[in-house]
Amino acid sequence: MQSKEINKKEDKKTAPVQVRALRKSFGKQQVLKGIDLEVSRGETLSVLGRSGTGKSVLLKLIIGLHKPDSGSICVNGEDVTKLPLKELNEVRKKIGFLFQQAALYDSLTVQENVAFPLRRHFKMSDAERNKRVRELLASVGMDKDANKLPSEVSGGMQKRVGLARALALEPEILLFDEPTAGLDPITAAEIDELILQLQKQRHLASVVVTHDIHGARMVSDRLALLRDGEILIEGTFEDLQNSRDPFVKQFLDAS
Amino acid sequence: MILHSALLAFLVATAYSATSSVGRAGIFYNSEDLVVKFFEWFGNLGIFCGRLIWAAFTPPYEFREFFRQFDELGSKSLPLVALAGAATGVVLTLSTRDSLIRFGAKALLPTVVVFSIIKESGPIITALIVSGRAAAGIGSELGAMKVSEQIDAMEASAVNPYRFLAATRVLACMLMLPLLTLVSDFFGILMGWVANTAYEPISLRLFIHDGFKDVAFSDLLPPTLKTVVFGLLMGVIACFQGMNASGGTQGVERAATSSVVLASLFIILADVLLVHLILVFFS
Repeated sequence: MQSKEINKKEDKKTAPVQVRALRKSFGKQQVLKGIDLEVSRGETLSVLGRSGTGKSVLLKLIIGLHKPDSGSICVNGEDVTKLPLKELNEVRKKIGFLFQQAALYDSLTVQENVAFPLRRHFKMSDAERNKRVRELLASVGMDKDANKLPSEVSGGMQKRVGLARALALEPEILLFDEPTAGLDPITAAEIDELILQLQKQRHLASVVVTHDIHGARMVSDRLALLRDGEILIEGTFEDLQNSRDPFVKQFLDAS
Repeated sequence: MILHSALLAFLVATAYSATSSVGRAGIFYNSEDLVVKFFEWFGNLGIFCGRLIWAAFTPPYEFREFFRQFDELGSKSLPLVALAGAATGVVLTLSTRDSLIRFGAKALLPTVVVFSIIKESGPIITALIVSGRAAAGIGSELGAMKVSEQIDAMEASAVNPYRFLAATRVLACMLMLPLLTLVSDFFGILMGWVANTAYEPISLRLFIHDGFKDVAFSDLLPPTLKTVVFGLLMGVIACFQGMNASGGTQGVERAATSSVVLASLFIILADVLLVHLILVFFS
């Protein structure tokens, strides 16, 4: 009995994100039809699929921005689908989220954006907070543009700032929603490099939702391909390459 | 009261149809859809109010953001309110003066101007002017934040947007509106005196003395404080419309337009009710 409990705790330690039989509909449209996923500490899972297959919805379900119709989502052992808001917010502090368009607060400067979660969740002096913000911005190469507004920096730079903001609360899990969408190939490769670098330094559990198969191959340990609300195939890039499924082949060839 | 409720329902439905995408498709072709959406809107507004109340009365309190909103609302609305109050004072004096001369009651002019301004025109003009500026501003700002996922980003970083964005703005509207009403009253009475003096010189002191000699606190306080309700309606509707925006820039435009239309409409309808209540309790 005791050893079972220890095993259970170990499982939780090794898999900070566990998704079981997840279903989600919007009106009559069923977007996710029973998704099972697991992401371990230090592992990056990329979720691929065509537009409108529910990839972004999956990320928003993991962080509790949407409620599923059924199924469970355990983050560090806590089922976020059943948590009241106060406890859900405690779980959210352990998750960093990089939005598709970065979603920076456009009335705040770059450094104020990064300071926003720190100001709300940590009691620290202004000097301490500024130091921490500078460190975070330096880690994504944006320390020279700290006083600019989001509208004054490029799309790639906004993504970097979004990443710095996502890292502000020292998360254990990172969720990336199309981190390279809308960027030129060089900037996209820089963002992928940054993700990889962060992964090595911080040993986080990451889920990357993307269309970019090359980027996904670069940053991921495993890939999952969504089709019609279900996971069609899950494995390494080589597993996907070796698949005989016509859709998998078509998806890889088209990328 | 039944008539009032029916009028409210009709006007809100009309305003909703004018500001929603259903309305654009044609009110008669989509009447069933419109009815469903109308009740859905009230239901969602009720849920929004519940979350807002919970967020407003539970810690942590966002004092810093509240003061920023309070300052912004006050400083940006002040010139408009002063100008609108002054214009109301001039128009009221000129039109009333003409009527009073006809009835041989010219001496009552200061009293009529002061009573009209402090009891009705000051509060309602201020509320409508601020609604035009602030409700559109809040609706479009929160609408833009919603469609660009900034509100989702706030929630994802464990910050309650109902507390940080909505409660602070609603409270700022509620507390700023009575102060702006006093400003509007002041400029209205002052410019009423100026307009009167242009035709028939009278000292300001005498104008004020004559105007306020029959004014009791119950004449000034309830009408000024009823603007707290106007601020509440304006803030809640603008935040609700903004935070429920969808559909890109068109959604933001719809949120801004519907915020102004619905807030102005609710203010006028609430005024009908509040004037009744004030007459019952303070006459």
